[in-house]
Amino acid sequence: MTRWLSKNLIRIYAGLAIFYILLPIFYTITFSFNDADKRNIVWRGFTLDAWLNPCEPIGICEALGNSFKVGLTATFFATILGTMIAFALGRYNFKGRSTTNLLIFLPMATPEVVLGASLLSMFINMGVGSGLMTVIIAHIMFCISFVVVTVKARVASLDPKLEEAARDLYANEWETFRRVTLPLVAPGIAAAALLSFSLSFDDFIITNFNSGTVNTFPEYVWTASLRGVPPQANVIGTVMFVVALAAVFAGQVLGKRKQKK
Amino acid sequence: MSEPKKVQGDLVLSHVTKSFADFTAVDDLSLTIPQGSFFALLGPSGCGKTTTLRMIAGLEEPTSGKISIGDTDITFTKPYDRPVNTVFQSYALFPHLTIFENVAFGLRRRGIKDVDEAVEKVLGLVELSHLKNRKPGQLSGGQQQRIALARAVVNRPALLLLDEPLGALDLKLRRQMQIELKWIQTEVGITFVHVTHDQEEAMTMADTVAVMNNGKIEQLGSPVDLYENPKTVFVANFLGQSNFIDGVVESTDGSTVIANIHGTRITFPKSRNNASGSALKIGIRPEKFRLHDPGDNTHGNVLNGGKITDISFTGVSTQYLVEMPWKQELVVFEQNDGGAPDLEKGDPVTLSWEPQFTFALDGSSK
Repeated sequence: MTRWLSKNLIRIYAGLAIFYILLPIFYTITFSFNDADKRNIVWRGFTLDAWLNPCEPIGICEALGNSFKVGLTATFFATILGTMIAFALGRYNFKGRSTTNLLIFLPMATPEVVLGASLLSMFINMGVGSGLMTVIIAHIMFCISFVVVTVKARVASLDPKLEEAARDLYANEWETFRRVTLPLVAPGIAAAALLSFSLSFDDFIITNFNSGTVNTFPEYVWTASLRGVPPQANVIGTVMFVVALAAVFAGQVLGKRKQKK
Repeated sequence: MSEPKKVQGDLVLSHVTKSFADFTAVDDLSLTIPQGSFFALLGPSGCGKTTTLRMIAGLEEPTSGKISIGDTDITFTKPYDRPVNTVFQSYALFPHLTIFENVAFGLRRRGIKDVDEAVEKVLGLVELSHLKNRKPGQLSGGQQQRIALARAVVNRPALLLLDEPLGALDLKLRRQMQIELKWIQTEVGITFVHVTHDQEEAMTMADTVAVMNNGKIEQLGSPVDLYENPKTVFVANFLGQSNFIDGVVESTDGSTVIANIHGTRITFPKSRNNASGSALKIGIRPEKFRLHDPGDNTHGNVLNGGKITDISFTGVSTQYLVEMPWKQELVVFEQNDGGAPDLEKGDPVTLSWEPQFTFALDGSSK
C-alpha cells in the first residue's frame, strides 16, 4: 500500500490540482446550457436557449462591445508605446535609464484599488468626465508595463551582431529594423499584445473606478450578479475560453510546422 | 538601397586611432593592403585587430585618421554604403530567413531583382546548393560558416573582412576550411582581410601578415619573412618559439657581423642584424640547433659546454632542454629521423647552427 502510494502520489496530487483548476471552467461551460430562471445556480435541465439568443439580456452585448473597444484600443497603443520603451531600455544607455526601469515596474507593483482610485481623482481634478475614454487611458497605462517587460526580454536576447550584419549587407537603418530586428522581436511583441488584451478585457477594479455610466463586460457580470447572472454570460465566457484555447493550439501547430520546414 | 559606386583599389589606413573611454584600442595605425591580396591581421586578443576590422567595415568610427579604398575616402561612410562585406565570427546568419534568402539579402537590399543566378552560383561555390531552403539553425557549424562566406562573397565587394571565421570550428574542419577559403579567394579575386589569433592559420592562408600588439603593428611581411627574420621579441615568440642569448657586436667584416656571446665568437649575416647598438639579443629558433656529442665535427656557429636537463618526445620531433655554462636553458628540437645522437638526461652536448638562421635584436628589447 505504501509502495503503491509512494509510486502514485505525484499522479494523485497532479490529478487533484488539475481538477481544482478546471472545475470553475467546467461549471461555466455546463451552466451555459442550463434552462435557468432568474438565478443560474441550480441545474434545471438542458437547453440551447442562451446560445441561440446571446444578446437577450439588456446591456450584455453592449457591455461586451465596450470591452472589445477598450481592449483593442488599449492593446494597440500600449503595444506600440511599450515596444518603443522596451527598445530604448534594452538597446541604449541613457541618463535616467535605471529610473525608467524602476518606474515601469511601479504600476505592476501598485495595488489596483490604489491605481483606480487615484486615476479617478486625477480625472475629476482635471475635469475629464468618466467614460470609455478614461477607461482606455487607464488600461493603456497599466498595459504598457507588461508590454515593456515582455518585449524587453526578447530584445535582450537578440544578437546585436545580426543588425550589424544587416547593415554590412547594404540595409540602411530602416530596412535593418524592418527586415531583421522586427521579425526577430515579433513573437515577443505578439505575446505582449495578447497579454495586454487579456489584462484589459479581464480588468474590473480600475475599470469600475473610471468608467462612469458605461459598462464593460466584467462590470456587467458584477452588476448582474446582484440580481442573478444570466446564462448568456456563461455563453460569452465559454466562447472566449474556446477562442483563446484555439488560438494557443493553432500557434503551437504553426510553430511546429515552421520548425519542420 | 543605394548601389555603392564602383570603388576599388588598395585599402589604405593612415594614422588611424581608436580610443574608448579608458583605453586606446588602435594607436596611430598606418597600413596599405594591396588589391587582390590575402592579408592577415594576427595578434593576441585585445591587441586591436577586431577594432581595426570594424573600422574598415564601418561598424566603428575612428577617433582620428583616414581610411580609403583607392581614391575614395570611406572613413565615415555608413556600413551599407561601402563596398565591404564581413564574415562574422559568430556567422550572424539571420535565423528567420532561409539559406537562400540569407545569401540573397545583400543583393536584394541593393535593389537587384533577379538574384537567383548569382545566389545559385555562390551556393555552388561553397557546395551547399541542396540546403537553400533550410533555416540556419538546421545547419552544422561548418555549413553555417560557408553560408556566412557565401552571403558576403555574392556581393562581389571590393574587400571581404573575415573576423576569426574559423574560431568556432574543430581542428580538422578548420584545416579543411583554411584550404577552401584560400581557394575561394583565388577563385573570386577579392581582397581578403583576415583577423585571427591563430599564427598557424595566418601563416597558411595569407600572402602578407601584419602582427599586431597593443594597438600597433609590430611587423608586417610574408609568413616566411616574419618567421625567419622577426624584428621584435614579441613577433619572435608569437610566431613559434625562440631562444634569445645576450651578446655583443665585436666587429663587422663586410656583410658578416662577428659577435661575442658569453665568451664564444659567432657570426651571422649583416642583413639579419636588426639592432641599432652593439648590445644584442641573439635569436635562434629551436629547430635550427643541431646537437652533437662533445668533440664531434661541427660547422657553422658552435656553443660548447651544454648539458641535457630534460627530454620530451613529441612525435615528429624530440624537445631537449640544454643548460649552458652561463646557466641559461635553451630549447632544441631535433627531428626524429635518426640524425641526432642518442642522448640522455645529464649528457654533455655541443650545439651548432648555420649563421644565416640567426636573427639579432636590440639588447634592450623585451
